[in-house]
Amino acid sequence: MDHFPTNWGRPRNDAYDAYNTYPLHQRPSNAPTHDKFADAVQRTQQPIVTGTSVLAIMYKDGIMMAADNLASYGSLARFKSIQRLHAVGSNTVLGASGDMSDFQHIQSLLDALVTEEFTHQDANTLGPAEIHEYLARVMYARRSKMNPLWNALLVGGFKDGKRFLAYVDLLGVTYTAPSLATGYGAHIAIPLLRQAVDGRQDTLTEEEARKLLHDCMRVLFYRDARSLDKYQVATVTDAGVDISDTIKIDTTWDFAEGIRGYGAQTQ
Amino acid sequence: MFRNTYDSDNTVFSPQGRLHQVEYALEAVKQGSAAVGLRSKTHSVLLALKRSSGELASYQQKMYRIDDHVGIAIAGLTSDARVLSNFMRQQAMSSRMVFNRPIPVNRLVSTVADKAQVNTQEYGRRPYGVGFLVIGQDKSGPHLYEFSPSGNSYEYYAMSIGARSQSAKTYLEKHYESFADCNLEELIKHGLHALRETLQQDKELTINNTSIGIIGPAGVHEKDVPPEGPFRLLEGETIDVYLKSMVPKRSEEPSRPATTAPAEAAAAPPPAAPAAGDEDVQMAE
Amino acid sequence: MTSIGTGYDLSASTYSPDGRIFQVEYANKAVENSGTAIGLRVKDGVVLAVEKLIHSKLLVPEANRRIQTVDRHVGLVSAGLLADGRNLANRSRDEASGYKDTYRQPIPLKFLADRLGMYVQTYTLYSSVRPFGCSTILGACDKTGPTLYIIEPSGVAYGYHGAAVGKGRQLAKTELEKIKLSELTMREAVMEAARIIHLVHDDQKEKDFELEITWVGEETKGVHLPVPKDLLEEASRRAKAALEEEIES
Repeated sequence: MDHFPTNWGRPRNDAYDAYNTYPLHQRPSNAPTHDKFADAVQRTQQPIVTGTSVLAIMYKDGIMMAADNLASYGSLARFKSIQRLHAVGSNTVLGASGDMSDFQHIQSLLDALVTEEFTHQDANTLGPAEIHEYLARVMYARRSKMNPLWNALLVGGFKDGKRFLAYVDLLGVTYTAPSLATGYGAHIAIPLLRQAVDGRQDTLTEEEARKLLHDCMRVLFYRDARSLDKYQVATVTDAGVDISDTIKIDTTWDFAEGIRGYGAQTQ
Repeated sequence: MFRNTYDSDNTVFSPQGRLHQVEYALEAVKQGSAAVGLRSKTHSVLLALKRSSGELASYQQKMYRIDDHVGIAIAGLTSDARVLSNFMRQQAMSSRMVFNRPIPVNRLVSTVADKAQVNTQEYGRRPYGVGFLVIGQDKSGPHLYEFSPSGNSYEYYAMSIGARSQSAKTYLEKHYESFADCNLEELIKHGLHALRETLQQDKELTINNTSIGIIGPAGVHEKDVPPEGPFRLLEGETIDVYLKSMVPKRSEEPSRPATTAPAEAAAAPPPAAPAAGDEDVQMAE
Repeated sequence: MTSIGTGYDLSASTYSPDGRIFQVEYANKAVENSGTAIGLRVKDGVVLAVEKLIHSKLLVPEANRRIQTVDRHVGLVSAGLLADGRNLANRSRDEASGYKDTYRQPIPLKFLADRLGMYVQTYTLYSSVRPFGCSTILGACDKTGPTLYIIEPSGVAYGYHGAAVGKGRQLAKTELEKIKLSELTMREAVMEAARIIHLVHDDQKEKDFELEITWVGEETKGVHLPVPKDLLEEASRRAKAALEEEIES
């Protein structure tokens, strides 16, 4: 109960600051009006558990894709045996960087799609081009709802004698090239891949392609702080999709011995 | 008022397990002028007879392009056909939009059939009163389907729907084994011969009352057809060359009386006649 | 039928004085006019077979499939109004994918049959709809092993070792009862299925028919597929031979 009758029927003190408690610009009545949008629904603002780069190239017999087995939680190497390559039907492989839970959601979308396609029991199947178009539609629809799936995806495949390799990301951006990479790999590995692959995709052998990706994964492990020295390779050829077991990268760190802050400190 | 107790709406089975309203909807298809479809290893074609309400009126539209690789011919209620063909176009575009692929023809036909099925099961609706012949092509080659208001769809080598279509069917059944190896011109000729069987006594096929729809590579009389052979609708002067290719009726099959039909096809009623063989219980009488 | 003309048989929402729902019984009549479909649940899988009546010789053989796939591991075949059967198949697909969205595992057939039964049953409650004019056989191989169900127009869904619906179901059931289903392999079941379908087909009265057989089990790695062409042909040949033998003896 307010015991000052003169205040009765007036706005509360804290609403107009009768005693100049606040400096002028901070008085409740003068404060910037509350931003109504601040209370609005908030959607994904950042990825949480993330995967780093995916690399993919075309070669003589089809396409090859590589991604390491790490899912990071911020800078913490949280999950170290995560598969980031996913077969879709028998002609397509999907590689994902970015948010891993969003990737899992995409996997279930695609599995449902492939099952639906199967239930039609006709000669039609979804090839890499169809899968990529579908993903592009999903990614663009989600970003247009201001609720993106936080991934950069590579779709590769081989169907009816044709190679397919394309990119789609959280903005719905798509493009295609003989060599592709997402994330840190788009900066570090792309120059190496382009030099070795582009223009030579019809002659590049499987062995050469494997070695190339292995070398790039090693470079990435040296330079990308969110990467791991364990990765998998997927190939899609005439024979279908094959996703390899985990491959270990051999590395040497002798050079780092003398680096201040890394090796045994002598000083 | 009704022919029997069980035909007032969709939601009533007759004691024999029949749906009279659906059967009557099939009759509506038979009221429309005839359409014929047939296919070879390389082509699918549609042929249809157009009606005109008078000399001052134009001829009706019997064929619709659904997508580059799909076209339909209709018989029955044109307004229903417009609704359903619109639906089919949306399905086709959606497939191109989402998957960047032409919609598989069998799935398109099944989808529209599933849509029609709902109208046979719920009160306050009526079954669609239109039948389609659908031609299309995909990786496995050209196809021909029939869609009917009962919600059924089938793939055929050749088929006819609409008024007096039984006569055309009889022709098709007699010749269908030779269709597979026909070239486009021969296929159209067979189609025209079949379509001719549906005409009334004194009528004949003209460039004004006939439509031809084609899917497949260009024929010898065609110009400017893209190599993938998309659906094209031929009307007017362009079909003259095909009409002229027909064998005059009398010399062709002297022993063919128009009413001879195979045993199982006894029901070839003249237009507007009630369905033959209605053995259901007639309560109202 | 005494019900005719009493007015108690015009709606699924009306009981007759003796507690029957005639519209559901009439729906069963629609089933009885259609080609026979059977299902065999055996040791290592389930086999579905159907007598597909050919109503026109203009039909493209093998193009108009009657046995449908609901999920990778579930097959469905119905007898009666075929358009209604497709409606149920579409509903089953929705249920199967809905279950997978929620539980991230394939739907056990027990649940699918239960849910589909509920769906069918709702169409027996109202005058604004009619019951489904088809009996549906569902066959699957799930984590509980091979399973087989029939869903009838009334909505009941029962599990079976051997199932038969459609015109020749009585004869087919008699034949199924003679077989020791739980001791058969899928391959043997395919032979039996072909034999039964050929047996129940009435050559005199009926149009021509096409035999369609699918299976799901160990041999197909739990995936519902049409049986290979050579096996189907062999089964058909043996079935015809067995029939001729029977006639001669």
